[in-house]
Formats: sequence, C-alpha cells, structure tokens
Amino acid sequence: MSGNMNINLKVWRQKNGKSQGKLVDYKVEGVSPDMSFLEMFDVLNDRLVSEGKDEPIAFDHDCREGICGMCSMYINGRPHGPNQGVTTCQLHMRSFKDGDTIVVEPWRAAAFPVIKDLAVDRSAFDRIIASGGFISVNTGNAQDANSLPIPKDNADEAFAAAACIGCGACVAACKNSSAMLFVSAKVSQLALLPQGDPERNTRVLNMVAQMDTEGFGACTNTGACSAECPKEISLTNIARLNREYFAAQLGSDRS
Amino acid sequence: MNWITKMFSSSLGQKLIMALTGLFLCSFLIIHMVGNLQLFKHDAGLAFNKYAVFMTTNPLIKTTSYLLYAAILFHAFKGIALVFQNKKARPVKYQAFDGKANSHWSSRNMGILGTIILVFIAVHMSNFWWQYKFGTVPYTRYTENIQTGEIQSDYMPDNFTMNSKMEEQSEGLMKVTIVKDLFRSVELGFKEIWLVALYIIAMAALSFHLYHGFKSAFQTMGLNHKKYNGAINFIGIGVFAILIPIGFAAMPLYFFIK
Amino acid sequence: MLDSKIPQGPIESKWTKYKSTVPLVNPANKRSLEIIVVGTGLAGASAAATLAELGYKVKAFCFQDSPRRAHSIAAQGGINAAKNYQNDGDSVYRLFYDTIKGGDYRAREANVHRLAEVSGNIIDQSVASGVPFAREYGGLLSNRSFGGTQVQRTFYAAGQTGQQLLLGAYSGLQRQVGLGNVRLFSRHEMLDVVNIDGKCRGIIARDLVSGKLERHFGHAVLLCTGGYGNVFFLSTNAMGSNVTAAWKAHKKGAFFGNPCYTQIHPTCIPVSGDHQSKLTLMSESLRNDGRIWVPKRKEDAAAIREGKLNPNDLKEEDRDYYLERRYPAFGNLVPRDVASRAAKERCDAGFGVNKTGEAVYLDFAFNMKYKYGKQVATLKHISNPTEEQLTAFGHEVIKEKYGNLFDMYKQITGVDPYKNPMMIYPAVHYTMGGLWVDYNLMTTVPGLYALGEANFSDHGANRLGASALMQGLADGYFVIPYTIGAYLANEISVKPISTDHEAFVKAENEVSDRLNKLLAIKGTKPVDYFHKRLGKIMWDKCGMARNVEGLTWAISEIQKIREEFWKDVRVPGDANEFNPELEKAGRVADFIELGELMCKDALERNESCGGHFREDHQTEEGEALRDDENFKHVAAWQFNEVGNWSLHKEDLVYENIKIAQRSYK
Repeated sequence: MSGNMNINLKVWRQKNGKSQGKLVDYKVEGVSPDMSFLEMFDVLNDRLVSEGKDEPIAFDHDCREGICGMCSMYINGRPHGPNQGVTTCQLHMRSFKDGDTIVVEPWRAAAFPVIKDLAVDRSAFDRIIASGGFISVNTGNAQDANSLPIPKDNADEAFAAAACIGCGACVAACKNSSAMLFVSAKVSQLALLPQGDPERNTRVLNMVAQMDTEGFGACTNTGACSAECPKEISLTNIARLNREYFAAQLGSDRS
Repeated sequence: MNWITKMFSSSLGQKLIMALTGLFLCSFLIIHMVGNLQLFKHDAGLAFNKYAVFMTTNPLIKTTSYLLYAAILFHAFKGIALVFQNKKARPVKYQAFDGKANSHWSSRNMGILGTIILVFIAVHMSNFWWQYKFGTVPYTRYTENIQTGEIQSDYMPDNFTMNSKMEEQSEGLMKVTIVKDLFRSVELGFKEIWLVALYIIAMAALSFHLYHGFKSAFQTMGLNHKKYNGAINFIGIGVFAILIPIGFAAMPLYFFIK
Repeated sequence: MLDSKIPQGPIESKWTKYKSTVPLVNPANKRSLEIIVVGTGLAGASAAATLAELGYKVKAFCFQDSPRRAHSIAAQGGINAAKNYQNDGDSVYRLFYDTIKGGDYRAREANVHRLAEVSGNIIDQSVASGVPFAREYGGLLSNRSFGGTQVQRTFYAAGQTGQQLLLGAYSGLQRQVGLGNVRLFSRHEMLDVVNIDGKCRGIIARDLVSGKLERHFGHAVLLCTGGYGNVFFLSTNAMGSNVTAAWKAHKKGAFFGNPCYTQIHPTCIPVSGDHQSKLTLMSESLRNDGRIWVPKRKEDAAAIREGKLNPNDLKEEDRDYYLERRYPAFGNLVPRDVASRAAKERCDAGFGVNKTGEAVYLDFAFNMKYKYGKQVATLKHISNPTEEQLTAFGHEVIKEKYGNLFDMYKQITGVDPYKNPMMIYPAVHYTMGGLWVDYNLMTTVPGLYALGEANFSDHGANRLGASALMQGLADGYFVIPYTIGAYLANEISVKPISTDHEAFVKAENEVSDRLNKLLAIKGTKPVDYFHKRLGKIMWDKCGMARNVEGLTWAISEIQKIREEFWKDVRVPGDANEFNPELEKAGRVADFIELGELMCKDALERNESCGGHFREDHQTEEGEALRDDENFKHVAAWQFNEVGNWSLHKEDLVYENIKIAQRSYK
C-alpha cells in the first residue's frame, strides 16, 4: 500500500433500481494522500473483487479530470465533497484526515433514479436539452463565422454559462432537487448569443416545460446549486432564465 | 390550457406568485409599521385609535385590506403546497446532509418560518382584528385641549355602545372624542407573557423569512444585477430583516415593561 | 490489394469534383435507410446529427450515461482552421502542408487536403450552433498559435475547446433526438458487428443497465469510437475509452492501420504512486513560458528525489536546460514527440526528479521574474525593481494566463507551482493508428465506416496540436454525409433485414458466450491487475522508444498475459445486471490482443517516424531516422486469428509535397 491513512467509509449499496438500499461500512487502509477520491474506491473495489465476498461498488466516472461530468458522489452531505469548484474525481485524499468517517451517497432526486449503488440515471438532462437546448442550424447552413460580431463581454458570459458539465451536482445539492441551474446555464448561453435569438422564446418555454415534466422541484433561491457547482455557474443565470421565461410568456405569441 | 394558467402552473410561475404576493405583503408591513408607531405616542392611545378607525372605515383601504388577506392566504397556502411538492422531488432523503455548507439556514426553512408567521397572524388577527370588528371593544372618551394639547381620557362603562366606531365633538377649546379603544386592548393584551413571547418569536421568524424572501423575490422576477443588488440587499436586510421586526417586537415589549 | 479510392485530378479539385459527382440518394429513399452510429464524440455526434438532418434514420450509441460525456470533451487547446482571419499568410495549402510534415510524411495526401479544405466550414458551423469561442474586443474571433506553427490558426474557448465543440455537436444531436430522427441508446456498448453477405448490416449491443444483449440492423454502421491509448493503462484518455468496437470490427474483417503510431504528450502530471488510475494533461501552451530542466549532476537529482535538496536552491549553472541545449532554434517549443523523448532520455540516464525518478521540471520562475515581471515594472515606471517586486508582478501575469492550469496542478499534486517548479512527464495522449479506411472513410468491410480518432487516415505518424478536434468534426459534419451516399445509393432496394436473421443470432450467441466465459473463469486476480501489467509492458517496450529486442520480448510476454487472463481473471456479478467489472474485463481482453498487434507493427516498421521511434534507427544526434524507400506506406493488418495477422501495404504517394527530413535544431 502506498500511504498510511485509514479511512472509514459508509457507502450506499443498492442492488438495482427496484431494491432497497442501505449504508454499508468499509474500512480502507493504507490510503495515500496523493490518491484521488475515486482511486481510493478503485483500491477498495480491487480488494472486494479479490476477497470475493461482496460485489464491487458501482459508481459513475470517466475522464477523471473534471470535465466529462460523469462522476457523481454525494460526500459527507455535499455533492463532490468538501472542496469548492472541483468534481469528485478531482478531490484528493489530502482533503481528509487519517481516521475520518466519510458517508458516500448517490445523487438523490426523483428525476435521477438510482441504477445501482452510487450510479444514477441522469437522462432527464438529455431530454431537457432535446426539448430546446440547441440552435436549429443544419450542417452547411452556416454563414462565415466572423460575419456575426459578438461583444466580448457577451461571448465571455455565454462561455461561463456554457462551462456547465451537466453533472447534476446542482440538483443533488438543492433541497428541492431543482434543475434550474442546469437549465438556466443552457438558456443563458444561447440567450446571450445573437445566433440563439430566433428561437429564444420557444427554447425557454419548452425547456422549462420539460424540466417540470421530469419531476424536478421548484427553485427557492437557496444558492446551494451555485455554491456546489464544480464549474461555479452563477445564480445570475437563474435570474436570466426567469426573465427569459416571463418575457416569452408575457411578451411573445408563444406559450 | 390557456397561456396564463400554463404560466402560473409552471414551477417558475408558481414562484412568481410567491414573489409578487410576498412583495405586496412587504409593502403592507411598512404601512402597518408606520401606523403602529402611534402606539408609542403619549396621548393615551388617541391617535392610534383614530388610525384604527380610519383603517377600518376608509373604502379604499378596506378594499386593499381584503386584497391583503387574500394575498396572505394565497402566499401561505401556495407556499405550503410548494414545500410538499418540492419534497416529492426527493423521495429518498440523504442520510448525511450538510446544508449549512452551501446555503443560509433561512433559505432552507422558509416553510417553517412562514408557518410560524401564519400562526402568529391567526393569533394576532383574532386578538385584535376580530375583537375590534366583531367582539366587544370598550369605548374611551378623550378630552383634548386644542391650545395646550393636553389630553384627558376616561373609560366609558363596559356596557356603553354606539352606532359608529368614533364620534367627535368640539366644545370651545375642548375637543371630545369617543372612540373604540383598541389601544386599551393592546395595553392589556401585552401584559400576558405568553403573548409577548409569541410576538417576539414570530418577529424573529419574520426577520429570517424576509432576510431570504425579499432578495429571493427579486431573483425570481429576474432581477439579479450587480448594479442593483446592493440596494436590494440593503433594503432586504436593513429594512425588512432588521428594522421592521425590531420595530414590531418593540411594541409588545414596551407594553409589557411599561 | 488495398484500394484507397482517391479521386483522380489535381489535389485542389479532388474533393470539389467528388462532391459534384458522388451518387445521391433521393430524400424519399433516405427515410428508409437506417444508419447506426457508434460513439457520440465529435465525430459521432456531428455525423449522427448531420445524417439525421439529411433524412436518414439514425440510431446513436454510447457507453456513457449521456452522449455529452464522450472524451472529445476533455480536449483543451483548440481547433485549427485555415481561415486566415489574422492575415498572416495562412491558406488551405499551408494547413495541408503543415499536417503532412507534422505527420512525418506518413499520411495520405488527398485526405489531408480535404481536411484542410473543410476546416473553415467547421468553425462556421460551430459558431452558428452556439459555440462560444474566444473573441477580441471588436467582437470577432480570436486566434492563437499552437504546436509550433508559424501562423495563428487555432480557434479556442479558454482551455475547454473540446468541451464547447462537443456540446455544440451534442446539442445538434439532441435536437434530432427530440425531432425523432435519431434514436439514442446511452449506456449501451457495442460488442460486435454483424456482416451479412460480405456487407456490414448491424451490431450487437449490450444495454449496460439491464445487461441484456440487443440486435440492431443498419444499412451502414459508423464507428466513431475514438482511440486506444488506454492499452497503456495509464494515459490521458478517459477511464472508459476503449478499443472494443474497433477491435470487434477488426476481427470481423476491417484492417487495422498503423497500430504502432502513438502520440506521447510531453507535459502531463507525473505518476504519484501505484494507485494512479489515469494521467492528467497540462496544456501544451505552458511550454511557451516554462523552461524545462533537470539537474546537471546525478548527485543533485538523487538529493532532490530523497527530499534533501530544494530545486529552488539549485544554482543556475547546475541546471541542465536540455531542450535549449539540444535544440537552440526551437528550444522548449520542439514538437511533442521530440520533447517527450528528450525527457525520457534524461530520466533514463538518472536525472529524473520525483520519487519515481520519472519527472522533469517545467520552471516558470525565470520568465515570471525577468520576462513578465520586468514588463510590468516598465509599465509601472519602476526603473530599479527589487527581486521581490519582479516576482510579485510576474506572478500576476502568470496567474492571468495560466491560473486555472496552476490551480489544477495544485489540486492534483498538493504542490504550489507558483513557488516550486512544476514537475511533468510524458504520457500517452492520442493514437494516430486506427481502422484502415479509404477516401470514403469506409473500412475494408463494405458498409462499415470509421471516423475521427478511430480511423488512421489524417495524421500520419504524429498529430499536430489542435488537429484532433478538426478531424473529428470534419469527418462527421462534412465528409461522411457525402461519401456515405456513394455506398447507400446502391442500397436503396435493400429492405431492413430482420434481426432474427441467422447472422444476428450467431453474433449474439458469440457475444453472450464470451461474456459467460469471462464470468465463469472465477480466477484470483481482478481485471486491473492484467491491465496494469499490459500497460507497463507497452509503456516500457512500445512507448516512447522501441527496439527489436524489447518488442520481441513484449510480444511473448503479452501472449503470456493473454493466456493467464483467460485462466485467472476474476469477474464478479453476472451478465444480466449493471456490471462495470464485466465491461472492463471485455475491454481489457481486447486491449491485450491489440497490444500484441501494436508491438508486431512496431517491430515490422524498421524506421523511426513521428510517434514511432526505433532506437536502432536514429541519427548520430539521436534524432528519428525515416526510411522513405522501404516504409513510405501504411501498414494495414488483416486479422486471421488471435495472434495471427497478415500485412497489407498502401503505398503513400506524394505528388504535392516534397519529402524532407524534419529538423528543429
């Protein structure tokens, strides 16, 4: 083993979407502070496979560099753990102390049903994007990229909103499991760009309708989403979503 | 479904209802506060009682007050419905939840804070408003010397009654006013320690409720802008979360100690 | 004989002429033609969306929980395009030329020229779909130079260009999903292709949640499944990136081109211990301001490794800025392969600086103080700044330029790179090899296509920075929508084949047997044990430097691992459930077979070129030595049985570019 920390884990185990789950205790010894949180799970899983008593813990992960948005652990009461602006895969064990007890749960939301252990189904996000999170431009339709100047401030703000990785930490953090930060990031990005203007009304109406259909809760502006967002997406996006929505309802022919 | 019902039944629309009714109730708080400051006047309650008559007889104010009652009920019950609706969005709770790490306590407990305020409003209304309108509030005769401003008050007998809430007569330098004495109900009521305690708790709840609620309403209406956030925060915290609850809490305390 | 189907005519007009003459499928017929797209990265998402827009019925598959998570998302630097917005003399020809030269003259001219031609359209398309590229104050697009090119042609969105481009393509894909033109199958892994009468007609996929096997018919199948860098276990690829789809196609008749061409990226965060699961890239742009060095004396290197010496205390004259020493003209900015090998050479010689001895310094202190610190001091009219002032001024500039990268470094290593020099080491980053495809992007199996990193075609033996994104989107947005017509125009009379067809049944049974076999072994070692062993052999013997002896040894060693794997691997759980270990086991089994082929290809190619460096083929100064007379060809391997391949060659003809030796001195 490569380190000398001992960690007590309480991990949510659930066989599949239909069964009941519970927290199970594991002790992981010889943890190195240089390990990432997921690498500690790798070590534990290797041990579980070798011992053959318990199945390894299922969890979602892929790029392990904080950009794909797949990793999704709710660690000691917070999505992606105690550090600001990082995903679970970027969290390292030096953020914990020897002997710590860490509770690890899946994202909890009616719209994110558990598949197994710590893995949940976030396809609701894909359906929200499919309902309007795009610009309808067929390949080959585009004009020259520089024919449409965009003020740098708008471009930068659109980029900051577009940095969303769709991990769902906002939903997990929100006491209402609201998806407003996610939806607002996409609505904002496209509302700030002139390319997004022709569809701005239908986009926001359809995306909000889909969001509600999926069973996410309403926003109560607690700010937990933005505080826990690994990409630090701003709450001003939610205000913009509200504006866009009411403007579309009150000021356009659409509903 | 037409567009209005569609809008107001969406999650955003329901929040808009909360924001608009909430801000309307905030505006009432200011008026209520300003009016009630007359309780501190050393006039044995004359100005306050006159104000009470005005508030319950002026047709414009009467209409507005019914709007207000509707807004209170709407805000409360919509809020409670939203709390339950939002709970449904997370059927399985977290075993470990560290809310304080990412959000203010008041923002997570608007439902509880609101419920305390609702209970308070019910008690408050039944103590004063109900009594005043439908119960038996005794009358008091005020004799005011217009030149010196000196006021003398005399309780009318308990069984005294008349057709209007207030009658005024001038006799030379003396102005005589017989009016329903709500002030006395206040004075008496606030000798009860449990009532004073309830009021103070409720005002604390109001403070936290508005600490989050005021700026949250603007966020819901789409107003979150670095140029205006300072003002919104200043009013939300300075006026609504501090001054108004302290002002209201001072009233029962004042009478309790007096 | 391999027919690359390159159109006749001068290179500038090949593609234009091809587009005007390629057979078309009429809109009514498109609706009855079904296309399967496997993988939803830049190539897959853009292809699926575009084909659906054209009217084809598309099914898109990805193993991730959402198409948006494909590993294209992790690309940092940018995307090249011959727009010449900067008026610095860029042109389609220059981009074409740079790509061929950068690929060390091992790429196909016609494909690369087409890539350069459509590069501008990619930027237009991406901007139109809402990609927020960096802009200047005037509102127009910003460019930077990248990877040592002499023109500024790289478009970027901070350090998240791949993410923004992928989300653009993904939104187009989701739009088609919403319109019902694409059916999306996320958390599905393709486990075999189905060929009927010599043509590819569908796939077998496993629903990763339920574990059920599914049969899907398609008139054509597009593999957009990325590269195979994870054969090395440690790479900058995502954990799930794998060769399985391409490998199954290979075993069903698709030739594998140039498997040994691997790109090793010089600036990655070094390995910190046995637990390491993947490596993180630090953007190449850091080399613009960081100076790379190791100690001159081995004693100092040893003292640093043991923690007895602080590198900041090592005197200037005791440091070896080996890139500046060896390549005075390009210095720290030499191409990726050159920089990587130089680092390995120093570490192998005993000058490495971290605990594992496999790291070199990337030091910003000098430029922080004397380049940026002085600049700021001049701006502030301070004529005699103190050393402390210079450091403080420079700190701010460095923070603005590289702040997020420095934060990331600190997050991962726990070391503050503003105060201590960064440690870096090369890591596997990209694989230029892949399924052999012709000009139409079709593999040697009719109806089976390969796009993006999954094919071999455009980067030769080494890929230039910011060209991977360009190729993925070029293939998906602008190439396949035309070239697939050449095939499908003849398929319009083919009715959808029932998935009860014996070929589907047989393929499904084979897949099912293999899964059950993996589960039945019930050995003693977890999958990662074998993967790590394979990775170490590949890295040591088929990594930055290769030789006959090492490769020969590696082949026999990998064969042993293969045998052992199928005897002793332990895969828990069962096939009819969500079972990540089972997924991993299947992928590693394929990596083991691929690893052998890579070594075989590296052994066969008796020359050094680009990412393939053979120690027995180098100049006296230690530079790569090509053998154009004997190896100016693509090595396309045909699978016979496990461990047995036949080699086919596609000669590369250079009619428009004069071949020369690369020099960065």
